[in-house]
This record gives sequence, structure tokens and C-alpha cells, in this order.
Amino acid sequence: MIRSEILQEIAPVLRDQLVICNIGIPSQELHAIDDQPTNFYMLGTMGLASSIGLGLALVQPKPVIVIDGDGSILTNLGTLPTIANNPAPNYILLVIDNGSYGSTGDQPTYTGRKTSLAGMARAAGCERVVECRAEDTGTVLQDALQAGKATVIICKCESGNAKMPVITMDPVTIRDRFMQAVAAD
Amino acid sequence: MNIHQRITGDLVAAGIGFVTTVPCKQLAGVIEEVDRHPEILHVPSNKEDEGMGLCAGAWMGGRRSAIIMQNTALGVTINTLATLIQFYRMPLPMLISYRGEPGEPVACQVEMAVHTKALLAQLLIPAYHFHRQEDVEELPKILDYTFMCSKPVAILTDASFWGGY
Ligand SMILES: Cc1ncc(C[n+]2csc(CCOP(=O)(O)OP(=O)(O)O)c2C)c(N)n1
Ligand SMILES: [Mg+2]
Repeated sequence: MIRSEILQEIAPVLRDQLVICNIGIPSQELHAIDDQPTNFYMLGTMGLASSIGLGLALVQPKPVIVIDGDGSILTNLGTLPTIANNPAPNYILLVIDNGSYGSTGDQPTYTGRKTSLAGMARAAGCERVVECRAEDTGTVLQDALQAGKATVIICKCESGNAKMPVITMDPVTIRDRFMQAVAAD
Repeated sequence: MNIHQRITGDLVAAGIGFVTTVPCKQLAGVIEEVDRHPEILHVPSNKEDEGMGLCAGAWMGGRRSAIIMQNTALGVTINTLATLIQFYRMPLPMLISYRGEPGEPVACQVEMAVHTKALLAQLLIPAYHFHRQEDVEELPKILDYTFMCSKPVAILTDASFWGGY
């Protein structure tokens, strides 16, 4: 399974939740599959999805699901200790670990070799870390929403991208409708 | 009330309830106050771009946020300032220790000091330079201004402001 197939499968779960989505093709895919005002698309700033999601989860009670990538976690590794030491029970970090920089042409990352993101998350102090196969992502994500505890999910999948259009929505529009969705009852 | 308590009080009075920090020797006192204040959620970050991500999220969650960092951090946050804070038009007060100005004992600090105002100007980031302790009187207005215009705003605080090293 590749990222877009996973997103397709979990779209019904994501639909009603606040979602912060990783830069590039992941956001393009989610936007094309099921655009929602509750989705915050990152149009740039590789690496910060997990941090934005954590800040959001720490200040309000709704669940926050971050869809991140292995390359983006590797470029902002400091995020893992911050997540571990500032636990937000409503925070779910779903890392689509395709072992590559998908958006830039599937160049391999180190997670396809010796590096384990689950191991790194545990070593950083994250207590609920689940590594899963792509096929099980939906179930694992549902469990995490029930768990009421900060969860890091490392979803191992194949690399590959669906051909989707670039997001042309204005960033301030994306942000504004997202904030309204956050504030809604 | 000392300067650290005063600055922290001004942050809270401006409605700021989320602060992230990466330490600088000059910022030690204010970071301690921020950490102690019951109305501020203090989340230390490991790198300042990470911190700006946290601030962006907190602000979108309805909590005004701020970052406290050293001027050297401008070197690691330019992409984040341009593509996250400015692109999505978010307010971000940045309380910055302005290392490398007269009185500085560490030569290497001067290397980023000479770029500090130029980088802020290049990014069209409003910047205010606190040199004397009474300059702190402007802080409440600068904070209001930041949230009024939804921009990142820099408050540079040099060694003279903090009373030397
Ligand atoms: C600072 C910076 N360096 C490089 C890039 C180019 N870039 C954009 S997305 C991306 C890959 C991200 O990989 P990953 O997080 O694993 O997501 P995937 O597309 O594989 O799901 C890269 C390298 C960038 N946007 N910013
Ligand atoms: Mg990847």
C-alpha cells in the first residue's frame, strides 16, 4: 500500500477530526480525497506538522491527528522529546513511514535502512508508540482516538505518490476556516 | 517587581498564555518567570523553528503565543518565518536577546549580531530595539500591535538593557 491508499482508507475517520497534514504530496492527496475545513494543509515548512499539532492539542480539548512523514520527522527530530515531555492526551502523531522523501521523487530516507522511528520515539520518552502495517492503520488510529493518551503511530508502507493537483487555496483561507472549525462546538 | 516579572506580566496582560523558549544566558531570568507563571503554559522547544510550529498551533487553537529566543536563532527560523508565520498570516511576538552588541565577551556572537537587523529588515519584520531598561515601557504597545497586524514582530534586547553580562 502507498500513502494515498492509506489516506483513502482512513478518510472516514479523519473527516470529523482536526488534522494537520504534512507538506507536499501528502496534503495534495488528502485535499483531493476529502477536503474538509478541519484539515490544515502545510504548503511549506517541512518538518513542523508534528509541532503545530502539538501546540494545538495542548491548548484545546479536541483530538488532533497529525499526518506526518518519515523525512519530516527526521528533519525535526527535536519534536519527539517535546511530544514525550509535554503529553497531550488528545494528540495523535501518525507517521506515514514510506522510507522516502515522497514529494521530491522518492529518494530514500534512513528509516528504510537502519533507523527505527518507533525506537526513537520510545527512546525520546513517548509512552504509547504503535508500529503498524499499512493495512492496519484505520484500526490503530481508531484505537488511538479511544486511548485518551498521546499516541505515536509509525505506519510502515511502500513509497509512491498519487498524481493530484497542487493546492491553490490561499493559505490565509486554509488557516481561517481551520480556526473556525477548531472553535466550533 | 524586577524586569523579568515585569516582562512576564506584560505578556500575560496582552493575553499570551503559551510561551516556548530556547535559552540564552541573558534570558534566564525571564524564562524562569515565564515557567513559574500559572497563566502561561511554558513548553520549552529544542530548536526555534520547532518552537514557532508550537506557537502556530497554539494560536490556531485560540491561545495567544510567543517565543523567547536568542538572535542567533534567526539563522534557523527564516524559512519558518516566511513560509509558516508570514504566509498564513499569524501573529508572533519574538522576545529576542540581542547578543553580540557592545559589552559582548564572546566574539562568535558578533557574527550573527551584524546580520540581525539586516535579516529582520529583509523579511519585513517590524523590529524594536530595547537598549535602556526604561524601553520596556513600550512592550505592552508592541504586543498589542503584533496581534493587531498578525505579523511576526521582533523585540531585540541587548546587553545594556539586561544590565550587562
Ligand atoms: C527545508 C526544506 N528542505 C527540503 C524541502 C523539499 N521537500 C518537500 S517535501 C519533502 C519530503 C518529505 O518527506 P516525508 O516527510 O517523508 O513525506 P512523504 O512525501 O514521503 O510522505 C522534501 C525533501 C523543503 N520543502 N524544505
Ligand atoms: Mg516519507
